[in-house]
Amino acid sequence: MIRLTTEPFDPGAELTAFCAGRTESGAVASFVGIARGEGGQATALELEAYPGFTELEIGRMVEAATQRFSLHDALVVHRHGAIAPGEPIVMVATASSHRREAFEACDFLMDYLKSRAPFWKKEHGPAGPRWVEPTARDLDDIARWD
Amino acid sequence: MRVLLFGRLGDVAGWRERSLDPSPTSLSALKALLAGLDAALGEALNGPGVQAAVDRAIVRGDVALAAGCEVAFLPPMSGG
Repeated sequence: MIRLTTEPFDPGAELTAFCAGRTESGAVASFVGIARGEGGQATALELEAYPGFTELEIGRMVEAATQRFSLHDALVVHRHGAIAPGEPIVMVATASSHRREAFEACDFLMDYLKSRAPFWKKEHGPAGPRWVEPTARDLDDIARWD
Repeated sequence: MRVLLFGRLGDVAGWRERSLDPSPTSLSALKALLAGLDAALGEALNGPGVQAAVDRAIVRGDVALAAGCEVAFLPPMSGG
């Protein structure tokens, strides 16, 4: 399931719901990304999405992850709009028969979200706003899966 | 035709959505039209990593455009 939201979400509640009723999965891995304050240098984040297109593109990547890692299920929750430091921005959860596939699929989906999912991130701080683009590290991370 | 600008492209242009009528019949003609209206935007559209999507599908190179289509210009993406 893929959900974009402008409202804060509760990762614990999301994970509990994702795990509920799984009698055959055996393994669930999850990741939560939280907005960093950067010691006061980042006072707020603003994430722009392209509603309709963003969900479609994430859906294609979830489908690829499902095939590649034999997932039983995957969850992506992603904020857009204004986000304060300390608030969760993104959550990924993956379910599979065994842990390795669940861990790897979670890692793969996060690397994809960081540099290829249709979001544009603006960081507000004392020096004014700046657009954040994928770092060299982000690009190396996604290249691991090609 | 609906034209959408995302991320820093919207800041450069000072708008994020615009309707064009009559609409250009190719992506290259649309980019030339936008560059003619705003040179800074024209330069930004040709910047590194800027992709175009037509009716919510990424396109490569020049493509023909239908009158009622939606064209989005997408600078480098970053989520998470």
